[in-house]
Amino acid sequence: MDFDLSIGAAASAAVEYTLDNFSPTLDAIADVIGFFASGIKDALSWFPPWAFIGAVALFAFWRVGWKFAVLCGAALLLIVGMGLWKETIETLALVIAATAIAITLGIPLGIFMARSSITAAGARPLLDLMQTMPAFVYLIPAAMFFGLGAVPGTIATVIFSMPPVVRLTALGLTQVSREYVEAGLAFGCTDRQLLFKVQFPLALPSIMAGVNQTIMLGLSMVVIASMIGAGGLGNTVLTGIQRLDVGLGFEGGLAVVILAIILDRLTQSLSRPAAFKLPRAVRQETGAKEDATDMKTALAEASA
Amino acid sequence: MEFAPQLYARGNGGLMTDKDGALGSGDAAALSADKIVLNNIFKVFGSNVPRAVEMIQAGHGKDSVQAETRCTIGVNNASFSIKEGEIFVVMGLSGSGKSTLLRLLNRLIEPTLGSILVGGQDVTSMSKRDLIELRRRDMSMVFQSFALLPNRTVLANTAFGLEVAGVAEKERNQKALHALEAVGLERYAASRPDELSGGMRQRVGLARALANEPTILLMDEAFSALDPLIRTEMQDELLRLQAEHSRTIVFVSHDLDEAMRIGDRIAIMQDGVVVQVGTPEEIVMSPANDYVRSFFRNVDVTQVFRAGDVARHSQITLIDRAGLSVNAALERMRAHDRDIAIVVARDKRYHGMVSADSLREAVRFGGADPYRQAFLPDMAPIESDAPLAQVMGRVAESRWPVPVVDSKGRYVGTISKSSLLMTLDRAA
Repeated sequence: MDFDLSIGAAASAAVEYTLDNFSPTLDAIADVIGFFASGIKDALSWFPPWAFIGAVALFAFWRVGWKFAVLCGAALLLIVGMGLWKETIETLALVIAATAIAITLGIPLGIFMARSSITAAGARPLLDLMQTMPAFVYLIPAAMFFGLGAVPGTIATVIFSMPPVVRLTALGLTQVSREYVEAGLAFGCTDRQLLFKVQFPLALPSIMAGVNQTIMLGLSMVVIASMIGAGGLGNTVLTGIQRLDVGLGFEGGLAVVILAIILDRLTQSLSRPAAFKLPRAVRQETGAKEDATDMKTALAEASA
Repeated sequence: MEFAPQLYARGNGGLMTDKDGALGSGDAAALSADKIVLNNIFKVFGSNVPRAVEMIQAGHGKDSVQAETRCTIGVNNASFSIKEGEIFVVMGLSGSGKSTLLRLLNRLIEPTLGSILVGGQDVTSMSKRDLIELRRRDMSMVFQSFALLPNRTVLANTAFGLEVAGVAEKERNQKALHALEAVGLERYAASRPDELSGGMRQRVGLARALANEPTILLMDEAFSALDPLIRTEMQDELLRLQAEHSRTIVFVSHDLDEAMRIGDRIAIMQDGVVVQVGTPEEIVMSPANDYVRSFFRNVDVTQVFRAGDVARHSQITLIDRAGLSVNAALERMRAHDRDIAIVVARDKRYHGMVSADSLREAVRFGGADPYRQAFLPDMAPIESDAPLAQVMGRVAESRWPVPVVDSKGRYVGTISKSSLLMTLDRAA
């Protein structure tokens, strides 16, 4: 049976049509994203490595614990030792830029999906497509629309990494138990109050899991995006492959893994209470009053 | 009385059954004390609600509607009213529609047909904005599984309703703390709900509901998830709070003991229909059908009934005044074939009980006041609100019927062995 639907031809025609007719729009998008991505990169590169490593270790100590803080410090020093600091910061900047865009678009979309079954039904196949289409396929139109460099890399990464945060936001919101929603409504919440005071806080663990997954997917895509000149650690790996330099490829890969572990643990820790709490005396001096008796005196003072 | 035309407009034809006559004839004075009035309320669940509505309005019964439209009628033609300041218990087996009925009152579930008046306002036709206002100001709810937000402290949970209503932080925290004090949990203001026991969590749920000082409290199986001891404690707590500050409480429960303990009146639901509304005593004494009767089969009637419910005003009363002839009294007793008579003051206050024999005896001995001398010994009256359980022993031991007086000492009636047995027999 000879049955030819030339979808491929249609797809490339659509890309060409877009290219012919929407170039100014595409350029504007490219400018905005380029400004954002390079801004983050410049900001991160401004820190000397020791300051950056110190800050990450301190943050890890606060959120996770001292063991992980030591691990973070040692692993980042290893990257400096391998001579891959600049590339790592480039990759990190790309991941941050792409994740920020993905979350900004993804969480509202997830909210819409949770609130309207029509949106959900329409968005679901789109998300499937974004998630399962082989990552390289995005690179071709991205490069055609936006040229080579960090901008198409960021865009391809956004597309590839956005689905988890959308899905898990929608899932988290729809899974908020009916009792809480009823309680919210019974006490006179408007739709908006119900969303922000009841549903969103209760869905936060699920949403944070989505953010975490988006970051992880973003990191893996950023490496692939180096094929269209996104730069960073992906370049190192790519060079290793091209030159059959196992050592260089391994070093690049190791740096990616280190970055992944640190990002993963730190973002996961954000949905939990901090591991380290300041001693009581310090908290009270800074005005954080946690004890009921403190609160009572505070209220008594307030009413007096 | 604005609801009347609406009632007829909504339920044309088919709805005008026997219940409407009773409603229409309700007099204005009685209605003014009604806080919540339900008129022919239906709730239909399913995919073909419009068709079901047509059929209901055309007068079809529940079974034929459900068979043809595959819709479920959750609440079927409920019409009753809840008085201001009473604890009104809605009781029924699970699936009888009682929780649905409760949620219709604040429109967490939209009624399909009929109207609900809260304080004279029609809730069913209210705009969303007004409805939110009503929920913030007038109605609070307590949930079976507490529904405290786990990410908030006890204080922030308690202040939730006020926060949503836009009350400034300082003021709402103060009010919330005040509400927590009322349930004895102010020390836990900074705790998280998961650090509290079940009973304490429901106290927080209660405090949250009380914080915005509602006039109506909706309680959905509020104490059902608690163990029996804590449940009783919470019931007492509710009664205490009610005594301090009277609110209209609609309490859904499947627990008969609970309904009897706290309910001023009880509505019994069966398959979406409100089959009977009345005081616990009324329902025990004359259950509307076998379903209701089966509910009360295991009830300890001696706890439900008070002495005043059983006392019969069937004895001769003699008014204690100067110049009351003993012979006339004896004659009256003989004429009515009574062995005893009750001696009361002009204002009906109980003085004592005499028998024909003791009267004759007293006359024979002579004296200024034969009645006082003729009083039978050990005939101190029982207060009418004493539970029957406390009275039974005394009635059983006494040779004579036992007199009952009200809280002001006025004679109400007597409880004889036979009337006691008849009550127990009828309720069993």
